[in-house]
Amino acid sequence: MSADISPIFGKLDWSVTPYTDLLREVNSSTIVGAGAASVLVLGAIAAVALLTWMRWWGPLYRNWLTSADAKKIGIMYIALALVMMARGIIEGFVIRTHQSTALGTLTQPESGLVSPDHFAQLFSTHGTIMIFFVAMPLLIGLINFVLPQQLGARDMAFPVLNQVSLGLTAAGAGLVMISLLVGKFGTGGWTMYPPYTGIDYSPGEGVDYWLWAILISGVGSTLTGMNFAVTIFKERAPGMHFMRMPLFCWTSLCVAIMLIYAMPALTVSSGMLALDRYAGSHFFTNEAGGNMMNYANIFWMFGHPEVYILILPAFGVFSEISSTFSGKRLYGYTSLVIASMSIAVISFTVWLHHFFTMGQSAGVNIAFGIATMVIGIPTGVKIYDWMATMWRGRIRVTAPIVYLTGFFLLFVIGGLSGIILANPSIDYQVHNSTFLVAHFHNVIIPGVLYGMLAGIHYWFPKAFGFRLDEDWGRRTALLFVGGFVFTFLPLYVLGLMGLPRRSPTFQNPDFMPWMYIASFGAVLMLCALASLAWTFWTSYRNRLALAVPGGDPWNGSSLEWSTPAPVPEWTFPHIPHVAARDDWGECKRSGDPWKAPQDYVDIEMPANTAHGLLIAATASALGFAMVWHIWWLAALSFLAIPALLAWRGMQVIEPRIVPAGEVEEADRRFRTMMADLAPATRADEETERNRGRPDLSEFAG
Amino acid sequence: MSERNLYPGLNLGSGHGEAHEQAETTVFGFWVFVMSDLIIFGILFASYASYLDPIGLAGGPGPSDLFDIRSVAIQTAFLLLGGVAYGGVSLAVKYDHPRGKIIVWLLVCAALGAGFLFFEIKDFITQAGKGGVPQASGWLSSYWTLVGLHGVHVFSGILWILAMIAQVIWRGVDDVVKVRLSMLGVFWHFLDLVWIAIFSFVFLVPLS
Repeated sequence: MSADISPIFGKLDWSVTPYTDLLREVNSSTIVGAGAASVLVLGAIAAVALLTWMRWWGPLYRNWLTSADAKKIGIMYIALALVMMARGIIEGFVIRTHQSTALGTLTQPESGLVSPDHFAQLFSTHGTIMIFFVAMPLLIGLINFVLPQQLGARDMAFPVLNQVSLGLTAAGAGLVMISLLVGKFGTGGWTMYPPYTGIDYSPGEGVDYWLWAILISGVGSTLTGMNFAVTIFKERAPGMHFMRMPLFCWTSLCVAIMLIYAMPALTVSSGMLALDRYAGSHFFTNEAGGNMMNYANIFWMFGHPEVYILILPAFGVFSEISSTFSGKRLYGYTSLVIASMSIAVISFTVWLHHFFTMGQSAGVNIAFGIATMVIGIPTGVKIYDWMATMWRGRIRVTAPIVYLTGFFLLFVIGGLSGIILANPSIDYQVHNSTFLVAHFHNVIIPGVLYGMLAGIHYWFPKAFGFRLDEDWGRRTALLFVGGFVFTFLPLYVLGLMGLPRRSPTFQNPDFMPWMYIASFGAVLMLCALASLAWTFWTSYRNRLALAVPGGDPWNGSSLEWSTPAPVPEWTFPHIPHVAARDDWGECKRSGDPWKAPQDYVDIEMPANTAHGLLIAATASALGFAMVWHIWWLAALSFLAIPALLAWRGMQVIEPRIVPAGEVEEADRRFRTMMADLAPATRADEETERNRGRPDLSEFAG
Repeated sequence: MSERNLYPGLNLGSGHGEAHEQAETTVFGFWVFVMSDLIIFGILFASYASYLDPIGLAGGPGPSDLFDIRSVAIQTAFLLLGGVAYGGVSLAVKYDHPRGKIIVWLLVCAALGAGFLFFEIKDFITQAGKGGVPQASGWLSSYWTLVGLHGVHVFSGILWILAMIAQVIWRGVDDVVKVRLSMLGVFWHFLDLVWIAIFSFVFLVPLS
């Protein structure tokens, strides 16, 4: 990189792409780098070509990108997450492949598929993507789609703000994606600890990519948390008391509160690191009074609650599906509520266990070790509650139940290895080894990933009007379970044998059998990814056979199942009056649940707007310009944001009115169709006879 | 007095009909945002405290070399009077006073905020002249970041006030503008609150 900075292009020049690396030297590492960049470029070209060929630009812009409908925003979040997940899983595969070829000797330590620097970029982007741009958008998307429907609300409290949050998340994801093609990503891991990531040791653009991706998407997540919290506090349907809310709403509330309180810490730690790098301040430098321990401290003040931000929505999903697919009422509702809230609160008191070895006193370590063990108690309560829910139920082994079973078996192992790590004296032995890598994958994959995929499978018909193919769904779930077992359980062994995490090379040949097993697991994970894609594709092709226009394919008991599938944009023709917990189930018990409302009124929906899109564009430009020191663009886009806000402030924005007649017509059509549908029994659930109208005599939830 | 408050702080009151209802959600949401912002300041306060030791000062200029408590007192007066002045805006909106009055009170707030910023920037320049730049030590980095972030908030507040004056002139005092003025009030008073903490912990504690 040249020292002088062009006034127009900043530090950008033609030497920053992986293709120049490939031209300079052809080896497996540069081929992998250029190959990844090519996949990105070809994927982008293919997407543009498809949109142009199908003439989808207009509909995409009008129906999706400018929509302020929380349901559509939720679907876009999930689509973004799945694209990022494909990259994350492939990176994981490359990481495992590299390590199985990385056995070196002391005289020739550097071998393997990719170079050590490239390997460091891989594990840094893998972690950053999986946490911030897969797990977070998955759960935020699912909450966006489900929460208003379960609460009996038309939309989020702040629909346009919701659009802005999505835009900021997408801008952050875009920055991480573009780092494949333009420049390099940071090599400091997903936590980017200084002083290594300070300007002295990491002078390039890599850490800056991470910083701006995190800062921009972090603001989006904070705003999302506010939106969820206000929606739950202020937008519930009449009669929807707190203790009548479905469990998924409760865990969403926990997530909202945690986002509000935890995200600012990440903003502060990243902001300080950015100041160190750009303005020469001394928060975390080695000299002039800097203290890197402050970074670890502040980062994990965010980082630990974040772990529970990720897992709690999955717990919400498991509460819903364990009840629905067992045909039983959820066992221990109150205890689950208390457990969720306890987890949310205790999660703020354990962050120090991420750096037991940093040198604080034993007393401090013990306090945090005990807090960490305590948080296992409410989690255990939940596992027992779900098992008790399924106990003696009429369980249908659908794809979500396969995920739930995999979760039971594997998450408990992950939780127990967490309890082991919570003991500071044991942590001293195994910290920074692959034992830790195995532990957190063991809670995040069976917890978050299985939970989110189960949720997608469960609510997919509500979004698109047809079910996902159950056979392929179960195959995908089993592949993810098997893939996890083979990839990560060997890492426990390797960690205990002494392999440090993030090692680009090692010298102990005894590691190799376990490495090969883990690589086999990574192949299974790739198959699972392909199988997931195939599930969507084959279900789309069979969408007529899988259609469930009745909207209640699983004989559910919460409000979202009372509407047609796909759900209309106004969700409810008439805001329901809630009289009981599991109100839809109560309606089923008391006779005809599909009664038409007595009257129809005009419905106000938020008008479409390009506001979120414009904010996302300026935020992307700002991030990119800051990474490459293109100061004019940075200043321009930074000023554009308040200008956009002020301009929108001057507009008088009228909501879009859906006339009562239109609502009535659509609703009457639904009711008439409903009357003609034959009820499907539990045994018919997976067949074509399931048109979304369940046999009410079987309802026992 | 028997009127039910829908959210913390001075409510528009049921006389304002739909604006009062809208404010319940929107102003509550803004309180939540402010809470989140307060966490940012809280962490910066904690960081400031952790850098306020000989290691953090790193041999650079310290509080007694740099702080001019008289100027800080003047800034405090400007900012707190600005907070009081916003009471004029809130009352004028609540009791449907002519919009000229709302604009005058908003201008007073902006002017007092600008006075605060003038003295604050003057202090920053003097401190930089004495070698107290943020690049000098960990403590100075945390000082500039914490106090500077508050200053940026005040500057954003002034921009927001100007934007609201424009809205009052061109849109009139409609429901949306009323709700936004309520949020601006929460924000403006929040800055006073943070400043009181800055005055006490950033300036008085190290000088005592």
